[in-house]
Amino acid sequence: MYTQAMDTLAREAGDAGLKPVRSAEDMRLEERFDARIDAGDFIEAKDWMPAHYRKTLLRQISQHAHSEIVGMLPEGNWVTRAPTLKRKLILLAKIQDEAGHGLYLYSAAETLGTSRDQMLAALHTGKAKYSSIFNYPTLTWADMGTVGWLVDGAAIMNQVPICRCSYAPYARAMIRICREESFHQRQGFEALLTMMQQGTEAQRAMVQDAVNRWWWPCLMMFGPPDAESPNSAQSMRWGIKRVSNDDLRQKFIDATVEQAKLLGVSLPDPELKWNEERQQHDHGPIDWAEFWAVVGGDGPCNQERLGARIKAWDDGAWVREAALAHARKHTPQQQAA
Amino acid sequence: MSNTEASTEWPLWEVFVRSKAGLDHKHCGSLHAADAKLAIQLARDVYARRQEGISIWVVPSNQIVASDPVDKSNYFDPMEDKVYRHPTFYALPDALNHM
Amino acid sequence: MTASVHPRQDASAQYLLRLADTCLILGQRLSEWCGHAPIIEEDIALSNTALDLIGQARALLTHAGRSEAGSPLLDEDQLAFLREEREYRNVTLVELPRGDFAFTVLRNVMVASFLKLLWQRLASSSDAELAAIAGKAVKEARYHQQHAGDWVLRLAGGTDESRRRTEAGLAQLWRYTAELFEADAIDDAAAASGLGPRWSELREPWLAEMNQLLAEAQLSAPQDSAFRSTGKRGVHSEHLGHMLTEMQYLQRAFPGGVW
Repeated sequence: MYTQAMDTLAREAGDAGLKPVRSAEDMRLEERFDARIDAGDFIEAKDWMPAHYRKTLLRQISQHAHSEIVGMLPEGNWVTRAPTLKRKLILLAKIQDEAGHGLYLYSAAETLGTSRDQMLAALHTGKAKYSSIFNYPTLTWADMGTVGWLVDGAAIMNQVPICRCSYAPYARAMIRICREESFHQRQGFEALLTMMQQGTEAQRAMVQDAVNRWWWPCLMMFGPPDAESPNSAQSMRWGIKRVSNDDLRQKFIDATVEQAKLLGVSLPDPELKWNEERQQHDHGPIDWAEFWAVVGGDGPCNQERLGARIKAWDDGAWVREAALAHARKHTPQQQAA
Repeated sequence: MSNTEASTEWPLWEVFVRSKAGLDHKHCGSLHAADAKLAIQLARDVYARRQEGISIWVVPSNQIVASDPVDKSNYFDPMEDKVYRHPTFYALPDALNHM
Repeated sequence: MTASVHPRQDASAQYLLRLADTCLILGQRLSEWCGHAPIIEEDIALSNTALDLIGQARALLTHAGRSEAGSPLLDEDQLAFLREEREYRNVTLVELPRGDFAFTVLRNVMVASFLKLLWQRLASSSDAELAAIAGKAVKEARYHQQHAGDWVLRLAGGTDESRRRTEAGLAQLWRYTAELFEADAIDDAAAASGLGPRWSELREPWLAEMNQLLAEAQLSAPQDSAFRSTGKRGVHSEHLGHMLTEMQYLQRAFPGGVW
């Protein structure tokens, strides 16, 4: 999902193919760097790294961070309407965790030589992307459980390999995130299971409707097919990306089909079928036109999501300024920037 | 971006947490806060939500002095040829293997 | 459509509901900030406060839902989601819309200071369960008071704009605090049974703490007025109805639903 960033790079300003002229020293450094990667070494913030490695990581980590923050909004939509106090607390705690994950990731990105404000400016002006899944609306309470089950499920599948990312600050952030995320998917599944097994007919219909709307967008979270992701090769070489889009997507489908059976919901793909020869599930075609439309800004909620983030930031400007002004008056020796 | 942007941003702080008495403070990550008091409070909210009775240190990021990895060979290489400092150098009877 | 429930009407239950509902409604208001705070770090802090308050409400509602003999009559969710508006006993102060950040931190410090003082007294309640809830809650209230109080100082002493907004918030909120310190027969019964203090007894210590904060912020408390809000008696402002509509929707719309 977060490696969507690198795949969409292929469609944006042409990085592909152009290699700058490099000095002998640069080539030596890059050879040593590649050797470190091959040896499974971790790269830390102050280590030498190729400019393209730095740029790729900065883009991926910051877009991952943006995804966590924007991801708070579709779930935040139901906090005031949670049906029980326990569900309200669980949802609020989950969203809080996502805010925290965003923070860990912004911190990791800042080690590469950027600032939080710069990253947010890129997000708010539309230069930086966030995971396209969050541009879909949460229309019923069952969407909360479904997002936990499918969206977090897909995210976990993406995130575990990144815990072994060659860039250590990112790997460390991911380990922390994976540890906290363990309850998110479980809670989502449990909320759906409760409604399916103990709830009313109306609740069961609500769950099935939510699954029908979220299934295909979740499959798109893993990014375009490998054949259409040229930048993946370089990212794999550098230990940033560990598993291919198609492999992750297949793994997700195979795991989720079994979970859907436990829940008693159907998945909206008539071509979903176990293939005995491949020992995997075959599935129907994904509508990549929809994916690119949403990535390009024309999804159901793109305007609302970005609008909400920009508004929160702009409305909060006087608060941030006031806190800085107060700090400067009271601790003159503290450098404000 | 421009200098004026830098001066409107809340400064960055590094956070260290000791989760249990007897352990060391461990670096957890960083956060932005306008002043030290807020940094401590936010560190508790961001990094210590699941823990009780812990100690938090916050340090402005620009106050951290770090060794330069380019000099790594000067600081750390001299240790490599003194293998007698490492416990694995010594062959001990099996009974003492866990020392 | 799920039918409404009716809580116990005796003085002890009503005394508990005033506290429970005040925590619940303020928690609900604070949860509205989720995803919209001025900076992510503060988003987490505000959510933490909401979580603490709703947690306190749960414990109190569960307790208030039992009969005087201790057997379960209504659970926390029935009480939280299925009462008629007139049976909610929160002070009006906490149902006011969240306003801007200055309004929010001012209300937070006012309520947290009050709750801290109340929880401190309730820690020695004749009701063992209430005393236990209070023992935990007082620590949370102390932290909320600290965090919100520090923000009031920053905003009052920050920029011209933040000061202006803080003064405006104070002017709007102050007259709603009088309700916190009104005592009636329910307080009298609680004091007599040892359940808890009359809320009027907290006025002096609360004013002392608030005035200390306001002095440090170089703000002046508005004049007392004849205005009295009446949420504790179930007669609310126009705001609560809208809040409850949102909060109760799913429980009302899915009769027999299991969540």
